[in-house]
Amino acid sequence: MNRIRQPRDVEPRFFGLAPTQASFEGAVATAMFREMLRIRRVEERIGERYAEQEMRCPTHLCIGQEAPSAAVCAHLRPQDLVFSNHRSHGHYLAKGANLNAMIAELYGRATGCAAGKGGSQHLIDLDAGFMGSAPILASTISVGVGAAWAAKLDGRDEVSAIFFGDGATEEGTFHEAMNYASVACLPVVFVCENNLYSVHSELDIRQPPRPVAALAPAHGMRAAVVDGNDVEAVWKAAGTAVAHAILGEGPTLIECVTYRWREHCGPNEDLNLGYRSIDEFSQWQQDDPLERSRSAFLAAGWLNENVISTMEQEISEELDSAFDFAIQSPFPDPRELATHVFPDPS
Amino acid sequence: MTERQLKYFEAIHEATDLALGADENVLLMGLGVPGPTGIFGTTSGLQDKYGARRVIDIPSSENAMTGVALGAATRGKRPIMVHMRLDFAVLSLEPIVNQAAKWHYMYGGRVRAPLVIRMIIGRGWGQGPQHSQSLQAWFAHVPGLKVVMPSRPCDAKGMLLSAVQDDAPVIFLEHRWLYNLEGPVPDGVYSTPLEGASVLREGSDVTLAACSYMVIEAMRAAETLASVGISAEVIDLRSVAPLDMATLGKSVGRTGRLVAADTGHAECGVASEVVAAVTEQCFASLKAAPQRVALPPIPSPTSPALADLYYPGANEIAAKALQTLGRNDVLPEPPSDPGRRWRDTPDPSFTGPY
Repeated sequence: MNRIRQPRDVEPRFFGLAPTQASFEGAVATAMFREMLRIRRVEERIGERYAEQEMRCPTHLCIGQEAPSAAVCAHLRPQDLVFSNHRSHGHYLAKGANLNAMIAELYGRATGCAAGKGGSQHLIDLDAGFMGSAPILASTISVGVGAAWAAKLDGRDEVSAIFFGDGATEEGTFHEAMNYASVACLPVVFVCENNLYSVHSELDIRQPPRPVAALAPAHGMRAAVVDGNDVEAVWKAAGTAVAHAILGEGPTLIECVTYRWREHCGPNEDLNLGYRSIDEFSQWQQDDPLERSRSAFLAAGWLNENVISTMEQEISEELDSAFDFAIQSPFPDPRELATHVFPDPS
Repeated sequence: MTERQLKYFEAIHEATDLALGADENVLLMGLGVPGPTGIFGTTSGLQDKYGARRVIDIPSSENAMTGVALGAATRGKRPIMVHMRLDFAVLSLEPIVNQAAKWHYMYGGRVRAPLVIRMIIGRGWGQGPQHSQSLQAWFAHVPGLKVVMPSRPCDAKGMLLSAVQDDAPVIFLEHRWLYNLEGPVPDGVYSTPLEGASVLREGSDVTLAACSYMVIEAMRAAETLASVGISAEVIDLRSVAPLDMATLGKSVGRTGRLVAADTGHAECGVASEVVAAVTEQCFASLKAAPQRVALPPIPSPTSPALADLYYPGANEIAAKALQTLGRNDVLPEPPSDPGRRWRDTPDPSFTGPY
């Protein structure tokens, strides 16, 4: 595989995995578009308000990378689990986790999803099956595999979907976790959002010219690399992956090649840093996953401008309400500082 | 009726057996757990008894498998993970320190990680720099971990049963030289609290506070001191995180003198923490500067000639105790081991390798 510099460089490849034959239809497409639109607007709103210095925690926005969240989570059932990394907002929202609690968490409030003790990097919503996120690369991958192991031991029909970036695939624990998920035949879908950069370090100086997905067959796993800005392509690959997991046929790795629009951490663009070219950035921005879906789904007659406008309106109101909720929520009580270091006896 | 005697490793085995028997959610995992030597006998036969679903061998992947254990723990399982040497568990620091220790706190109390990680501390017979480290201070430094190192078979059993029941991650450290020591162990299920030191010998002149194998050395030191008329109190810390300051404070309040003995390095170690905490909290009671007996800032050497110089024992503890009393008695020689050339095994009956 050649160096990926432009969206058109992404060459889909399948390693023992066939994309689902299920038809991609209007209702599915519309729901995914709405989820992507919602994630985009949430991230934009966070970006707009971040400068107020009231959300005082490292925040990694996923603008430009919304498709894998929407497409993978579209296949997950309420009982399925999601594990995530630092760039977790899309995964959290697409799994149906609570928006108010997420924004309150960014604001450090007692009503936050982690009671103000986690911030953007440690989101959780057990009711929605969003099991946690952590910023140390690859650290939640093995935890997700462990949850799948517990499900298999207990005979629970439960899939672990684990999201991580390309940087995480350079960590030893990623390989260890794939090895164990494979040897123990666990219901896991590994989802690599390859955005070509680990902070500011480009993929080509970190990894040899082969897809991340090509690592999976060495661990006895099936895999695919797909255009991560093509929500339909991700949905088709993920559909088979989730089906294999449910059928007890073991884990799959889906690599979604995509691109981060904002700075690694924070609300701004970062072209001034010079680690990526304006030309490269522009080409990826023109390959906007949201815009691609919008035009494709409009052309298919699945969406119309009125529907989109209603979605925009609903999302905007939902966001107004979430930010109001966060700002009006109390900060944690001082007594909370020392609670939860150890669990109370159960 | 004489009390039932078990060796330390047998007590660990019995506790594990009882824990697996009592709760279907308890799992036992580690490289070699079902193997022919069964982690020095502590896991022998348990896979046959409880099945390969719950008692598992694992890939040589300390890092990910600790994360796997954590993931299972967050879903209702109670895994016991075993490392034949603590040194291998160094590969799993990320999931222990960043994840397991913090998940309950950083997710606002929404997740529990009832995980027990057993690590065996090696010593002697040339175990050397990477098979004999005592890194309890690393773990004790991290909030969210409970760190215990029982010295007696009865505590090993009761504390392992407590650790499995506890909803926090517990680092359970076993010194290899304790494995063949015998002591009374009650039958059946009982639990010994994970917090709380134990006074093994009462005394009035000096407090010897020790953990793990150094408790054995401290008891020998107390005997030697008694022979010159000094009454030493011996405290088995049992838990190094948290430290039982109440017991330490009460003892030092009476003796006014402290020697802290640890199997690890002195610098930033458990003995240092004991001395610092006692000095802060019991300064007015102290009649002399507290002393530490611990390893020098040197990696564990391999040659028996160097290892004999490296490890402090009862003599060093007794000497420090004398120092706190301002005495310079010549202590009686320890009972000699006829024909024993090196002191790099727990007793002369022991022949390597291990």
